[in-house]
Amino acid sequence: MRQRVKVQGGESAGRTGGKGVFAAFVKKEFRHVVRDKRTMLIVLAMPVVQIILFGFALSSEIRNVNVAVLAPHYDEQVRRIVERMDASEYFTVTGMLTSDKDVDMAFRDGSADMILAFGGGFDEVYTVEGTEIQLIADATNTNTATTMVMYATNIISNSLTDGQQEMKAGIVPDIRMLYNPQMKSSYGFVPGVMGLIIILICAMMTSVSIVREKEQGTMELLLVSPMRPIMIIISKMVPYLVLSFIDFLMIVLLSVTVLDVPMAGSFGALCVLALLYIIVALSLGLLISTKVESQMAAMLGSGMVLMVPSMFFSGMIFPVESMPLFFQWLSKILPPSWFITGVKKLMIEGLPAMYVAKETLILTVMAVVLIAASLKNFKYRLE
Amino acid sequence: MTEVSVREIFKSYGKVEALRGVSFEAERGELFGIIGPDGAGKSTLFRILTTLLVADSGSATVAGHDVVKEYNAIRACVGYMPGRFSLYQDLTVEENMEFFASVFGTTVEENYDLVADIYRQIEPFKKRKAGKLSGGMKQKLALSCAMIHRPRVLFLDEPTTGVDPVSRKEFWQMLGRLKEEGITIVVSTPYMDEASLCDRIALIMEGRFIGIDTPRGIVAQYGAPLYAVRADRRGGLLNDLRGMEELEACYAFGNEVHITAKQESAETERRVAEALAAKGYGDVEVRRIEPTVEDCFMKLSRR
Repeated sequence: MRQRVKVQGGESAGRTGGKGVFAAFVKKEFRHVVRDKRTMLIVLAMPVVQIILFGFALSSEIRNVNVAVLAPHYDEQVRRIVERMDASEYFTVTGMLTSDKDVDMAFRDGSADMILAFGGGFDEVYTVEGTEIQLIADATNTNTATTMVMYATNIISNSLTDGQQEMKAGIVPDIRMLYNPQMKSSYGFVPGVMGLIIILICAMMTSVSIVREKEQGTMELLLVSPMRPIMIIISKMVPYLVLSFIDFLMIVLLSVTVLDVPMAGSFGALCVLALLYIIVALSLGLLISTKVESQMAAMLGSGMVLMVPSMFFSGMIFPVESMPLFFQWLSKILPPSWFITGVKKLMIEGLPAMYVAKETLILTVMAVVLIAASLKNFKYRLE
Repeated sequence: MTEVSVREIFKSYGKVEALRGVSFEAERGELFGIIGPDGAGKSTLFRILTTLLVADSGSATVAGHDVVKEYNAIRACVGYMPGRFSLYQDLTVEENMEFFASVFGTTVEENYDLVADIYRQIEPFKKRKAGKLSGGMKQKLALSCAMIHRPRVLFLDEPTTGVDPVSRKEFWQMLGRLKEEGITIVVSTPYMDEASLCDRIALIMEGRFIGIDTPRGIVAQYGAPLYAVRADRRGGLLNDLRGMEELEACYAFGNEVHITAKQESAETERRVAEALAAKGYGDVEVRRIEPTVEDCFMKLSRR
């Protein structure tokens, strides 16, 4: 931060709010932010905490799933599959069961999350007509169950094709997970966290800081000055724009270095998209600030109206495609949905910048509409 | 030359009528006081004159500009100190000053001489956060910030509320000096004793001006002789006096009760003293006094 910006007050500066005024205002705004420990904590710690949390603790990936094997005859083929399973990082073979009755017990006492059951006499029965391998999974958590069954299927079919190249029986689907072959959940949530943190910092903090000026009466003083309302607004936005862009860079850096998320596409295009989204979020905060009178209301407004829908309906956690039509529409008017899609394309899929033209265009339109609406609503008097 | 002109201003918030037809004019370099209790409509009037609110009806000009149509011109040439302390509490004294100077396109150095008298007193604390200042120092800082850009017209809404008596005196001395610089000052206060320090005053009550004149002129209008009564017991004194038929007005005034008689007579002092003695009061003292602005306010507000 610069020390002591000397403002040479010419006549024009006094009347229209020139560069000196703007600089003084931005400096003052930065002081507010830097001196408020809570704000600084939110701005600096939140991205790190969220990335660490989602990256290591709140992962939807499966790891160390306990598998019990039910095999009447422990022959060569069975051994091969079980070993391969045990060797993978996803599964741990915890026990061998001998009869059907043990299956229920294994689930109940928690010793198994999934059971791999082989038909009788695998080697012999494994003929052209096929044989049976049954996967029994604890589906209390549907997501986990689906994922572990899918992983197990992959392992089994791999070990079968490896072992018997000449075997042509049946159709074995060859599943390929494009862009995220290891099904890492961080690929999905990094764009989401980005979208969420930016909207939180920009919308919530801008609206709270503008409303704080109203509450403490300083807005009255600012209005009774030659400063134009639009200058007041823009200079209030600048520090939050800078802060959220720093946050964005922090998230990208952490994701790439710590979580091994790829930065497949153009970093420049990603920055442009992020800046655009930040402007949309700032104008949302501005719009909220013109509608509410207390910091509490601003907090609730940006929290409830922006955060919650952004989390649930932007595709960050739940797939939008499977929602009722109404929520699909809701998702389409939420800025984070478009930003998250754009980030996925640029960061994970590594598509060229032209593939996010639609997202960019929509965010631009949103920014223009929101800025126009908030300028129209900005009161240059007290009522 | 008229710097502030207000004609028949009405303003209501929903059903509450804050101002009901207020008019006055203030000349250039005049110190104009608006005196009245809390809730009389003083702050609303200030906000209309500083272009923050629009009146329901009536018109006003400040420094020759209409408060509604030419609000931008007014905002550039007035200084405003709201009734509530409204500076940045997390910025230091110095930073607040610098900020408000630059908002008006000037510097602290440029107009230092104007604020020097008052700012010098808080300068030793210039590295302190505004929120950590005492009440009096906060007001001094707010005033310094309001006039750092050498405004043409200065609006001070209750600048001395919450300020200790010594600082209040300094405050008014400084207003006197600003006046000499040709700055027009409109100041409001709930303290009647400050009224006599203004060139002219308007007494405001429930959204109406109940009198506009010089402080001397207001007092001269009082008319009836005024007596101050005190006794060894204060409890019941006011009620006992109110029970006397020959008295027109009785009201508590500090430790005393001020009374006026319905008919002027040389006997009033003696008769009141005797009546109180008969009721068992000791050390009864009744003396003729000169009315103050507050007495005038009490009288005018009874109408």
